[in-house]
Amino acid sequence: MVGVEGSYSDKVIRQFAVMTVVWGVVGMLVGVIIAAQLYWPGLDFDIPWLSYGRLRPLHTNAVIFAFGGSALFATSLYTVQRTCHVRLLSDKLASFIFWGWQLVIVAAAITLPLGLTQGKEYAELEWPIDILITIVWVAYGVLFFGTIAKRKVKHIYVANWFYGAYIITIALLHIVNNIAIPAGWFKSYSVYSGSVDAMVQWWYGHNAVGFFLTTAFLGMMYYFVPKQAGRPIYSYRLSIVHFWALIAVYMWAGPHHLQYTALPDWAQSLGMVFSLVLLAPSWGGAINGILTLSGVWYKLRTDPILKFLIVSLSFYMMSTFEGPMMSIKTVNSLSHYTDWTIGHVHSGALGWVAMISIGSIYAMLPRLLNLPKMYSTKLIDTHFWLHTIGLVVYIASMWIAGVMQGLMWRATDPENGTLVYSFVEALNATKPYYLFRLGGGLIVLSGMLVMGWNVYKTFRMKAVSTAPQPLLPPDAADARA
Amino acid sequence: MLPGLITAALLLLFVGGCIWLWLPSHKPAMDAAAQMPLDDDKEETA
Repeated sequence: MVGVEGSYSDKVIRQFAVMTVVWGVVGMLVGVIIAAQLYWPGLDFDIPWLSYGRLRPLHTNAVIFAFGGSALFATSLYTVQRTCHVRLLSDKLASFIFWGWQLVIVAAAITLPLGLTQGKEYAELEWPIDILITIVWVAYGVLFFGTIAKRKVKHIYVANWFYGAYIITIALLHIVNNIAIPAGWFKSYSVYSGSVDAMVQWWYGHNAVGFFLTTAFLGMMYYFVPKQAGRPIYSYRLSIVHFWALIAVYMWAGPHHLQYTALPDWAQSLGMVFSLVLLAPSWGGAINGILTLSGVWYKLRTDPILKFLIVSLSFYMMSTFEGPMMSIKTVNSLSHYTDWTIGHVHSGALGWVAMISIGSIYAMLPRLLNLPKMYSTKLIDTHFWLHTIGLVVYIASMWIAGVMQGLMWRATDPENGTLVYSFVEALNATKPYYLFRLGGGLIVLSGMLVMGWNVYKTFRMKAVSTAPQPLLPPDAADARA
Repeated sequence: MLPGLITAALLLLFVGGCIWLWLPSHKPAMDAAAQMPLDDDKEETA
């Protein structure tokens, strides 16, 4: 048995890995329920707690911060230990972060259906929960950077740069966007107003996408794609350029969420230009990940975990092409406020974020349990196909519906300039696509249930062992620059 | 004038950084850093 001082701190990682699956199922289930409500509006049963307006933020918070967040806590704390050759700074701090984050999620699950909200998208939670998030996040920063500070290797691996940028930036975004004046325990008013409020909100909103849903998951990519492929990243130099280019550009793209609004025109154009520039680092990084398979492409035939990881990068490339294109003002005039945006978001969320998370959890879990592999590789493959097919059905239906909506909304009679279609006519034309979207969501959810079963059976395997894993020796750092 | 100069300086910094990264003398260190995720697999097989 290896002494505790000479082993990794993996308990918190196992906890976060399990909760990734649990919250993934819960968050996607709520997504399926609200998708069904859009097709059958009576499904809220006239109960305010079940109304679409309250469940929709519950869905987004659950999948982004509970599912995605848990995956990021798990993988970042796994990666930082393995690449720094040290145990986490503090087990107690790690435990505090786990239970603190679960408390945040439970508080969100209670308050959002009750209608307690700040009314800011992706920042709905009221001020007491915001303070709790801040405390947990600062603790996370101390744990992550404290672990890096005591590393036994000279070089800080690039995945940790991405995770580090995400931790710092999310702290900044969360605090600035949530500055508010409390008016009781469950009500507050933002200190910002008018178009300034809108700009701050979408500076936050877009960078939540940029740093929570992109930068951090790129950290995951830079560790788990090479790990699963059994090859180093295609170009380490490109990964460094990727990092600096991405974090320098992302911060400025937020105004593209406010095209054709009261935001000054120059700010809208600035957001558009920076969104277009973002294509270069985004694709550079994705290509770096995909080309890591050079020479071992055959592994895709037999390794469904690798399929999850590589297909996630394909969706990342699609989303990061589509996003800049949608930020172009002329395209945005067609796409904005339509279901095209919903298709785009889910291409990124289910295609990129969920698939890289799922692949990483499958890759990490057996190692955490000292097992050679998951309970069933066939079930991982089944999950891969369910997820991929469900996702394609989902986003294709939303793309078609969105473009149709945009064209119907803008159609005017050339004789007198009046609108050709009423809003209700466009809504009626959209309805069949909502059924396809519901079907796609159900297929994705069924894949998550398969994952839940596979994870459960993996934990139940007889050979299961949570014996501490030995640290890597410090001398491996000698070769590092 | 000043914003233009700052933009030009940042562009030069970026290009200079890329040139610095791709200096042949940095290749061994970059290759070694790229191996870091695979270190524990090597330990297991050693």
